[in-house]
Amino acid sequence: MNPALAALQSAWRRPRGRTGAILLLLIATSAVLGPWFLPDPLAQPDILAGSLPPGLGHPFGTDQLNRDILARVVAGARVSLSVALLAVGLSATIGAAVGLVSGYWGGLVDTGLMRLVDGALAIPRLFILLLTLAVWERIPLLALILLIGATGWFATSRLVRAEVLRIREEAYVRAAEALGARRRHVILRHLLPNTLGPLLVAATLGVGDVILLEAGLSFLGLGVQPPTPSWGSMVLESREVLVSAPWAGIFPGLAIVITVLSANLLGDAMRDATDPRSA
Amino acid sequence: MSPVLEVQGLRISFPGPDGARVIPVDGVSFSLERGETLALVGESGCGKSLTSLALLQLVPSPGRIDPGSVIRLGDTDVLALRGEALRRIRGRRIGMVFQDPMTSLNPVFTVGDQIMEGILAHFRMSRSTARERALDLLREVGIPDPAERLQAYPHQLSGGMRQRVMIAIALAAEPEILVADEPTTALDVTVQAQILEVLDRLQATRGMAVLLITHDLGIVAGRADRVAVMYAGQIVEETSTARLFANPSHPYTQGLFASVPRITGPLKRLNPIRGSVPAPAAWPSGCRFRPRCPKAFDKSELEPPLLPVEPDHRMRCWLAELDGTRKP
Repeated sequence: MNPALAALQSAWRRPRGRTGAILLLLIATSAVLGPWFLPDPLAQPDILAGSLPPGLGHPFGTDQLNRDILARVVAGARVSLSVALLAVGLSATIGAAVGLVSGYWGGLVDTGLMRLVDGALAIPRLFILLLTLAVWERIPLLALILLIGATGWFATSRLVRAEVLRIREEAYVRAAEALGARRRHVILRHLLPNTLGPLLVAATLGVGDVILLEAGLSFLGLGVQPPTPSWGSMVLESREVLVSAPWAGIFPGLAIVITVLSANLLGDAMRDATDPRSA
Repeated sequence: MSPVLEVQGLRISFPGPDGARVIPVDGVSFSLERGETLALVGESGCGKSLTSLALLQLVPSPGRIDPGSVIRLGDTDVLALRGEALRRIRGRRIGMVFQDPMTSLNPVFTVGDQIMEGILAHFRMSRSTARERALDLLREVGIPDPAERLQAYPHQLSGGMRQRVMIAIALAAEPEILVADEPTTALDVTVQAQILEVLDRLQATRGMAVLLITHDLGIVAGRADRVAVMYAGQIVEETSTARLFANPSHPYTQGLFASVPRITGPLKRLNPIRGSVPAPAAWPSGCRFRPRCPKAFDKSELEPPLLPVEPDHRMRCWLAELDGTRKP
């Protein structure tokens, strides 16, 4: 049985895991389907009307430009979730590749790669991101994804390396080597599938981190650029009307909290499932 | 006839504490003829498994095979091989069956996948042809419903079935030598007999040479042509199986026989060898068996070479020089 699938399945049996999974599914579904049923998140029907409180026409109210907040939160979910998924996918891939090579090759390759990771981990991620993102006047979304992904794999590579060091000693790896299996084959068929469990846990927890990171960057104006709605930039824009129209900030803020919480609940439950010591 | 496998002066060392090197296998030599079965017998920790791993340069890091060791497969100098050339002989010239079938199979792939892996590592063929061959192999090792078993995951099979699968995998690339490292130790007795029977049949039909590594003299009798008894990293006695059973000469070998309960004859207390194999870092000087040997004498403080006992029978004990004292 695939360890990643097994982790998901046993997380589903835990209340925490199930809550997280259901919430994430709801958020993802509404992000995918929602925009078809909701008003245009960029439309400003009556700009002079200003922000309207939550009501029948606008369940979450409207912002200071009279844009529908529910529509913007849902559209923001699309942006935030895709940034998070793509960036985490990228860092999981790089991290897994580096960890597999480092752990299986050993020797100088391992030492070199791991010292590089040590160095990279010593520099705060936010610091690297702030410096590099400040280069652009208007940050392209792709650059944001690539940069978040490229700065997120260091811890993952260590985790995968540690798993590889353990699995490498398993009898079936020695048996495969004794049979003349190629290195690439040993890595892709024997090592990688058996590291998928911990990798998936790290990635799920990483989704929560990246959503927070992207929201933080957007709040600082260094993330997703207006008018594209993102939760972080919505909170940023709502600062000016925080007292007169608090709903403009509360709903995107709640979206951040709920999404990060669900990702962490699910990741946490999967970790318990894969690591008997912490259960 | 030239041997298919020849090992000379094999020495394996590991870095020990305070810079000294620990030498768990120290000067092992033996050869294997085509179709022959050689049994390597000894207690745990005497270096049997390490010797077998060295044949394919699989000694686990940080251990290494010391210079001066020779391993020849026909005309091939195994220790000179690196990378792709080394990979090509693994599984193809020597197939290995490991001790524990519970951990030697990857839990996340089907049995069929893992047999095909061994086939495709060495032969260019389509996956469907490889699947056909995997099916034939499962049939050959006596697995019922082979077509169904091909789709099974290791956890769905019993220990005996798994060991049969391991044998099928070892045979996948049609090696001329099969190394079986304690192939039945992890199995219960009735299953042991079945597995041994499979190995015997395969050897007869395929004409493979077999290196059988075991601690169980009962498995050796009637199966091996020759026996090499190992103790503390060295071969201490080597001869044909018949001679060894008729005339076990090294005190260690005699001790091994005395430790086997006899079904016939009067009921006596078992007479095991005192103590246990010392760790490789603490091997005594002189004869390594000296501290446990009931027959140790002054000369045992010198390290004995392999000395002739009778034609085609040698042992690493000074008693071989003192004819007569040897026999009780």
